[in-house]
Amino acid sequence: MLAPWCEGVTAEPVVTRLGAEAAAAWARVTPVTRNGTLVVALDRDRAELARFARRATGHQSCDTRDVEPDLPRRQGLIFPDEAHLDPRRALADLQAALAAEGITIEQAEATPEDLSGTVVDARGLSAAQPGLRGVRGEMVVLHAPDIRLSRPVRLLHPRYPIYLVPREGGLFMLGATQLESASRAPVSARSVLELLSAAYALDPRFAEASVVELGADLRPAFADNVPRITVRGRVLHLNGLFRHGYLMAPVLARQAADYLLTGTRGELLHED
Amino acid sequence: MRDFYGVTLPNALMLGTAQYPSPAVMEAAFRESGASVATVSLRREAGEGQGFWKIIQSLGVRILPNTAGCHSAKEAVTTARMARDLFETSWIKLEVIGHADTLQPDPFGLLDAAETLAADGFDVFPYTTEDQVLAQRLVDAGCHVLMPWGAPIGSGMGLNNRHGLRMLRAALPDIAMVIDAGLGLPSHAAEAMEMGFDAVLLNSAVAQAGDPAAMARGFALAVQAGGLAHGADPMGVRDMGVPSTPLLGRAWL
Repeated sequence: MLAPWCEGVTAEPVVTRLGAEAAAAWARVTPVTRNGTLVVALDRDRAELARFARRATGHQSCDTRDVEPDLPRRQGLIFPDEAHLDPRRALADLQAALAAEGITIEQAEATPEDLSGTVVDARGLSAAQPGLRGVRGEMVVLHAPDIRLSRPVRLLHPRYPIYLVPREGGLFMLGATQLESASRAPVSARSVLELLSAAYALDPRFAEASVVELGADLRPAFADNVPRITVRGRVLHLNGLFRHGYLMAPVLARQAADYLLTGTRGELLHED
Repeated sequence: MRDFYGVTLPNALMLGTAQYPSPAVMEAAFRESGASVATVSLRREAGEGQGFWKIIQSLGVRILPNTAGCHSAKEAVTTARMARDLFETSWIKLEVIGHADTLQPDPFGLLDAAETLAADGFDVFPYTTEDQVLAQRLVDAGCHVLMPWGAPIGSGMGLNNRHGLRMLRAALPDIAMVIDAGLGLPSHAAEAMEMGFDAVLLNSAVAQAGDPAAMARGFALAVQAGGLAHGADPMGVRDMGVPSTPLLGRAWL
């Protein structure tokens, strides 16, 4: 999801401001669907929707019947300028785009100290930077070919907020938990129950979906959950993308390139 | 200020560590609140990895681990023992949830777990209701602090049963009591302190505010105001007007 305005409800303002350029950047290398994001709440949680509307920008009120007619009718919010992409395809397309420029990717185990010249270190938690922590996230991929969504849908819920991102072939990415834990254990039964229960509450037809994949991993994050470029001699550490990997990667990369090529110090750059 | 298992706290505000937009926002809220105690959930938030735990340690406040999310006495006792090892404190905020929707404590499981933990040397802070009978049983089991709810956890409704809470406060005047759960506004905290409770514990009201640091400051001021008001022996309530200016001796115009 490329959802800077929705994320702005809890993220620092810089994430919304700089993340707004992500959709255009990704569109240069991979298909990006610019249909916006739909935000809804169950009848019992209308106060959550009102609160979200107060705290977010870049949205309009809507009736789900008008934007996602396949969903049960509810009042919602539409964020028309948000977008989504298929992250796995995006990585493959990015690699292909680099290859077309004559850039090859080699895989080898190394630390920045093993390499000569300027090094861009984007190893996430493996970089073990001071102040970096892991935040556990869990997700489910569902196959529900009878359900048709043309944009990501967020369900606000006081206990189990979720989002569903439609992918090709009737697939939906259902996410995601956010736990202050550095455990890389497989997805817990509790999290699966919570995620699936919320999806079922959004549309009971998700009860008939096939569970195609379960995933759990850690998001690298600094204390403010904002990514940063840390300059340490000839090494640039790009890290802390938290839950904003695809949203903030383009601007982080651009600011790193600007620093290396022109010495320009971008907003995300920190001296060590 | 009341004694909490031999510890006199510098102020009457306890703050939770969950649901903040980021640890940096949480740190700012703690700074603004001046809270003297941080509650930490063991089950999901500090189970593995030191990153978040280091941030909490850096707050420089006393840690009160809790058994949030436990639905049985056995589960709560196990969690409490893990918390004692991990956080190196005998303090435990004991939660045994009895109802999934209201998050109301299970009085039977709570008493069972409190007896076990008190006998095991824990300083138990049981999350309970305003029920006087249960409160007395918890005291009999060895609890020197009680944490009656204001309203269901996360509901923000304030003090749901003022009469019951007043009765509880009056029934056990020597027991330290912390209003825990359900507070949504600083005025709720002030009211609890005005009623003679010794502290308040909150999390969602601050963490879910649009500006958690500002809300934390609001609660800090409210707790202080309520405590001062209680100590000042408030005037009685009347059902008729009493002029503050004497009627006798008015100028005859």
